[in-house]
Amino acid sequence: MLHKRRDWVPWLYMAPALLILGVYLVYPIVGTVYYSFFDKRSEHFVGWANYKWALTSKVMHIAFRNNILWLIFFTVFVVGFGLVLAVLADRVRYESPLKSIIFLPMAISFVGAGVIWKFVYAYRPKGAPQIGLLNAIITALGGEPVGWLVNRHVNNFALIVVGIWVWTGFCMVVLSAAYKGIPRELLEAARVDGATEWQTFRYVTLPLMVPTIAVVTTTMVINVLKVFDIVYVMTNGDFGTEVLANRMYKEMFNFRNYGRASAIAVILLLAIIPVMLINIRRFQEEEALR
Amino acid sequence: MASVTFEHVTKKFGDVVAVNDLTLHIEDKEFLVFVGPSGCGKTTTLRLLAGLEELTDGHIYIGDRLVDDVPPKDRDIAMVFQSYALYPHMSVYDNMAFGLKLRKVPKDEIDRRVHEAARILGIEQLLDRKPKQLSGGQRQRVAVGRAIVRNPKVFLFDEPLSNLDAKLRVQTRAELSKLHHRLGTTFVYVTHDQVEAMTMATRIAVMRDGVLQQVDTPQTLYEKPGNVFVAGFIGSPSMNFFDATLVEADGKLFVDGGSFRLEVPPHLAEQYRKYKGQEVIFGIRPEDIHAKPYVPPEIFPAEMRAQVDVTELMGSEIFLYCLTPDGRAFVARVDPRTKARRGDVVDLVVNMDHMHLFDPKTEKRLE
Repeated sequence: MLHKRRDWVPWLYMAPALLILGVYLVYPIVGTVYYSFFDKRSEHFVGWANYKWALTSKVMHIAFRNNILWLIFFTVFVVGFGLVLAVLADRVRYESPLKSIIFLPMAISFVGAGVIWKFVYAYRPKGAPQIGLLNAIITALGGEPVGWLVNRHVNNFALIVVGIWVWTGFCMVVLSAAYKGIPRELLEAARVDGATEWQTFRYVTLPLMVPTIAVVTTTMVINVLKVFDIVYVMTNGDFGTEVLANRMYKEMFNFRNYGRASAIAVILLLAIIPVMLINIRRFQEEEALR
Repeated sequence: MASVTFEHVTKKFGDVVAVNDLTLHIEDKEFLVFVGPSGCGKTTTLRLLAGLEELTDGHIYIGDRLVDDVPPKDRDIAMVFQSYALYPHMSVYDNMAFGLKLRKVPKDEIDRRVHEAARILGIEQLLDRKPKQLSGGQRQRVAVGRAIVRNPKVFLFDEPLSNLDAKLRVQTRAELSKLHHRLGTTFVYVTHDQVEAMTMATRIAVMRDGVLQQVDTPQTLYEKPGNVFVAGFIGSPSMNFFDATLVEADGKLFVDGGSFRLEVPPHLAEQYRKYKGQEVIFGIRPEDIHAKPYVPPEIFPAEMRAQVDVTELMGSEIFLYCLTPDGRAFVARVDPRTKARRGDVVDLVVNMDHMHLFDPKTEKRLE
């Protein structure tokens, strides 16, 4: 009896968390799903119309394509550079200042980063003085100025470079911690066993870093699916640089189309859930090993 | 199989001299143990030999080959680390096969060698496991196995027993000795435990503060330690030291410690007479001090009195922590039948055949 009477105690402790999660997470999600089946003013039920638009319209196709570009190139390079820098920085004497400098872009707001890179990419027609750093270098070397943010062949990659610039430091710091967690004796054992530096990295360091690389990669994937600020500031999705999150913002605040914006939000959520699950499972596996 | 030669080897870390002008020749097939307290430079010496540290000065040869600038992978050595350093993501088999795979040894040859090593070490049934699933003793065997499959010229051991419990350590000690006989390869072994050194080594190199103190067989090191440090380090409990004077009376030579006076045996008196009248450090091991009723035969006895401070019964013997009448502490290792309690005054007999004399200034052995 005594036992039964106290059943409500755990609920009491969980109540604040449940309340906050309910109000700020569960309710908005349910609301968003609800609105995604209504028209732009949320007055008339429209069925799957918003989703049909999201999956078939040209502008959304561009957004999907660009998100995939971001997903592949941003993730590969940001994790790759982070890994290379983490391992190489460990070998130089000026490791901490080097890492601080590489990490520094993280401290700048993304909007700030966008503005900085807008100057780097600035473009003037041929013959006019180039105020953009990149084009100034190119013309000084006798090349033709490039419209980095308007040329459809390069502009998406130009934006992705900004993202990489911002996030490499973060990946480096996390991977560096994992690298330093590998006992030195293991690397020495490999060297004595006859491994070259590359073989030591390939057969000992890398396999031991896989769990951390996986966590960093999935975190970056989640990050990139939501990519917004860099695109918003630098091109606002023009010239074929649209991404899902920016489109969602436009539908919501520029066109006041709550239905379409909600549909894009739901699609983004569904895309992120599998990655989240992988991350959570990975985390649980690691906890189980402890 | 190869000899190893250190020639005026020095290693500095910044201003700290870890190894100071070490010159030492290790014979082929020898089991040489570096021993000394922590920070004496023994592990650094081993790492220099492995190529894991760069020399500041001097040369190292493996066989006739100068290896100063040769990377570890090309030195043809194998090393067992203190932490064992097993690759946690590989099975026992892969751990042992790793070095062979890197050397592109044919697959069936790898298989043969790994299984043979596993059989020698009794770990055949563990080959599929991961290091995490093994006990400390099993991990240690795998680490040794990883070294022996390679058939290297020299084996290096960096305190390989320090993570094992006492019983397993004793057992593994004997197994390593057997392994050395069986393989007939040069072993270089580092430990801070003088018992390990005494039991396994063909020769022991005692180090202190980066300086080599003495290299000799365990027997010689025990019987004729070259200085006070070696005398105190080898043997357990440590040798007792007293400040004393050599005096002559009635044609006999005595060690005069103030509160005790012990006769030097005639065959040693001849040798030591030249130090007559000088201050010396008198050293005597606890096992050479006996309780009066249980004195073994055929020793040169000299009597002294002492007060018992603490007794420790070890079963097969008793450690008596005593004080001389003028309050100097020393230890005696006496017969377990001895009846002595705290506060008792006991009659002790010192075997002066095993006395040691050292110069108080240089701390070197007087011959």
